[in-house]
Amino acid sequence: MANANVKPLEVVFWLAALLPFVVTPNYLSLASQIAITALFALSLDLILGYAGIVSLGHAAFFGVGAYTAGLIAKHYWVEPLSGLVLAGLAAGLLGYLTSHIIVRFRHLALIMLTLGFGLLLLEAANSASALTGGADGLQGFRVPAVLGFKFDLYGTTAYAYALIVLFLCFLASRRIIHSPFGLALRGIRENATRMPAIGAPSRAHLRKAYTIAAVMAGIAGALLTHTTSTVSLEVLSFGRSADVLVILILGGAGRLYGGPLGAIIYMVARDQFSGLNPQYWYFWIGLLLVAVVMFLPNGILGGLSAFRKKRQ
Amino acid sequence: MLSVKSVNKKFGSLVVAQDVGLELPQGVRHALIGPNGAGKTTLINLVTGMLAPDAGQIVLGGEDITGLKPEARVRRGLARTFQINTLFPQLTALESVALAVLERDGHAHNWWRGLARFGAEVDEAASILQSLNLQKSPHRLTRELAYGEQRLLEIALALATRPRVLLLDEPAAGVPKDESAELFAAIAGLSSALTVLFIEHDMDVVFRFATRIHVMVGGRILVEGTPDDIARDPRVREVYLGKTGTDHVSFRKPPLG
Amino acid sequence: MFSSLAGVLFDGFAYGMLLFLLSVGLSVTLGMMNFVNLAHCSFAMIGGYATVTLVNKAGWPFLATLPAAFLAAALVAVPLERVFFRRLYRASDLDQCLLTIGLVFISVAAFAWFYTSDQQSAPLPAFLQGSIHAGGMSFAQYRIFLIAFGLAAMGFLIFGIEKTRFGARVRAAVDNQRMARGLGIDVDRAFTITFTLGAGLAGLGGALAIQVVGLDPTFALAYLVYVLIVVAVGGLGSIGGSFAAAVVLGVSDMAGKYYFPWLGAFLIYLVMVALLMWRPLGLFGKR
Repeated sequence: MANANVKPLEVVFWLAALLPFVVTPNYLSLASQIAITALFALSLDLILGYAGIVSLGHAAFFGVGAYTAGLIAKHYWVEPLSGLVLAGLAAGLLGYLTSHIIVRFRHLALIMLTLGFGLLLLEAANSASALTGGADGLQGFRVPAVLGFKFDLYGTTAYAYALIVLFLCFLASRRIIHSPFGLALRGIRENATRMPAIGAPSRAHLRKAYTIAAVMAGIAGALLTHTTSTVSLEVLSFGRSADVLVILILGGAGRLYGGPLGAIIYMVARDQFSGLNPQYWYFWIGLLLVAVVMFLPNGILGGLSAFRKKRQ
Repeated sequence: MLSVKSVNKKFGSLVVAQDVGLELPQGVRHALIGPNGAGKTTLINLVTGMLAPDAGQIVLGGEDITGLKPEARVRRGLARTFQINTLFPQLTALESVALAVLERDGHAHNWWRGLARFGAEVDEAASILQSLNLQKSPHRLTRELAYGEQRLLEIALALATRPRVLLLDEPAAGVPKDESAELFAAIAGLSSALTVLFIEHDMDVVFRFATRIHVMVGGRILVEGTPDDIARDPRVREVYLGKTGTDHVSFRKPPLG
Repeated sequence: MFSSLAGVLFDGFAYGMLLFLLSVGLSVTLGMMNFVNLAHCSFAMIGGYATVTLVNKAGWPFLATLPAAFLAAALVAVPLERVFFRRLYRASDLDQCLLTIGLVFISVAAFAWFYTSDQQSAPLPAFLQGSIHAGGMSFAQYRIFLIAFGLAAMGFLIFGIEKTRFGARVRAAVDNQRMARGLGIDVDRAFTITFTLGAGLAGLGGALAIQVVGLDPTFALAYLVYVLIVVAVGGLGSIGGSFAAAVVLGVSDMAGKYYFPWLGAFLIYLVMVALLMWRPLGLFGKR
């Protein structure tokens, strides 16, 4: 059975995540963005890497979480943790409802439906400008502190907040993957035809996975709102759905750490090349995608483990 | 145990099953034979619920299961293997069988307890593998197993669901002569309480294990009887070979490429 | 009220013809090889930019550039199919999506580099400009041209697929690839030809689209969604399905913009989602 014991490399990874506080204190805002993106990618991994659902519209849940958190902060109260929970629940509810439709389809119809839902939500948010602020986004609110720690200009609190939430969600994901449910998801991914033949209620499993992934994506969106005190339509965009897909593939889907690893590499690279015209940035991303599919189909982590196997 | 009554199915104008009827009393070993395209696998898909019949009934242990989804039928004790290996390539043999056991016991929805806590189920999976002589490589990925081992794993997965009726779709397909001994041992070792239907081309398997044979041609059951009856039946010989003088029908299906 | 409805139908139908030309190639190649080519609209861009260059830099008349647009896209398609796409026919949906999205990104950047991000235009000959006035309404002549062109293309394709031997091979391959191979049909070659034709048609569509929706490097991504909707809704491998879906989509889009502008593209997406849920294989899909 896949070993659920904590590997030393994992401990190193999480300890290293504390380094930015000390080594690069000027980049803590970027670090919190990376943590948020890592959480978002982790949520996608659950349905893509483990259950095999190709979604081009995962930003829908990220966006719902972001807007929920924003609306609560703007109109009701600015305490973030409760906002976080409610955002996760809202996204999870949407995920649960759409999952009933999503799990009935495969191949192109599935891809198109996930894309369609994402676009629908974006258009709806755009039109409902009285609620969402439309193209201008949600503004005029500020989340001052979490648990008494003020959000400072350096982003120290932001990064700590995002990192802790990421870690907790990561522990939950780890638990799921090493559970019977996680095994069932892998079974669906490996051979969806065989599952009913061993008595497995595949659709029920998929709905559950989709809902959990939606909750996590919603939490990631709420983190973004709390740490930046703003929400724009971009959180629901196809660009965000595509970016997180690229990130997950880059790191390696179905390997738990693929999302976080991809997020680190992608966001750091993007920050370094931020002066570049976005179209040229996408040139390199395009090249990267082609290279990954042709040469590293399981992402960086996949390539590393294949390399290690060869050496044995 | 299993009754198939007047099952009909067609795709457009192509009739794949016409008035098909089959009775499997408990504990028997029957075989379903017929030329390629006769509709044998389609019938299995109809019985297991992967296809819905246009008319007819499937009854398992006295209960009408015609309207049930495939996974519900499995839970009531109807299991099958696939003619082409339909396994989980990147799961290990042990994980695959353990998954089937966990699904059977209703634990697969559990996402907060680690697999390590389900020792009983994992042990049961290990013993199923052992009963089929697969205990040597429980931790190897399915896709790394030898073809013969994979065929055995097919059966292991079906057995893990604790079926009352087992449908084996060409279990010997593609297995070379020198590896088939283990397969035959496994089939011989199946519990006598289990009702088994072989779909086979390999007459070795059929004559070795089956007490009764159903012959299917062009979507219909042509004839049914003991192996001797069938071997002598002129209609069967005509379907398979054209008219010849030999008593025993004996040929192998070429291994799948 | 009626004249606005007629206007919407007319404009929508013309737009639908454009979508049809852009989408039909993708529908047939998807139906034949199940290959999700998200870079399909890049071929449209190639055709569009070919026309722009020939008209503005080489002084060609617009109509003469249309065959060139077709050829330019087709000529790029051949090596691409040989080098990249051929390796991915057995790959997963995800891998195909990712590789072709990568190619789209590269093409967008390439065109932005060579042509800048500005909108491009190509002047039309006099007889395609202006409108005809009939029954108290005015019909843009270019749109009449589009409709005529689209119908002619549709007729040509239907004739090709129903009456020629090559068309029969394509239909067989779409229906059941394994059996078609078993019958001795060279499916790979048929696919390469079909793929090239489809790319050429997309190029043609891209050239014709300049007047209606403009052309800039983001075209390949912006219209990809519409093309995918047409293909998914119309059904893979179906020329008639693509035509019907393109018309439905074109008219819905125009109707939406005219009657419910506050909905934006919401109506289109809703129509797509609803249609896909009702018929996941598309209106005329076989698989």
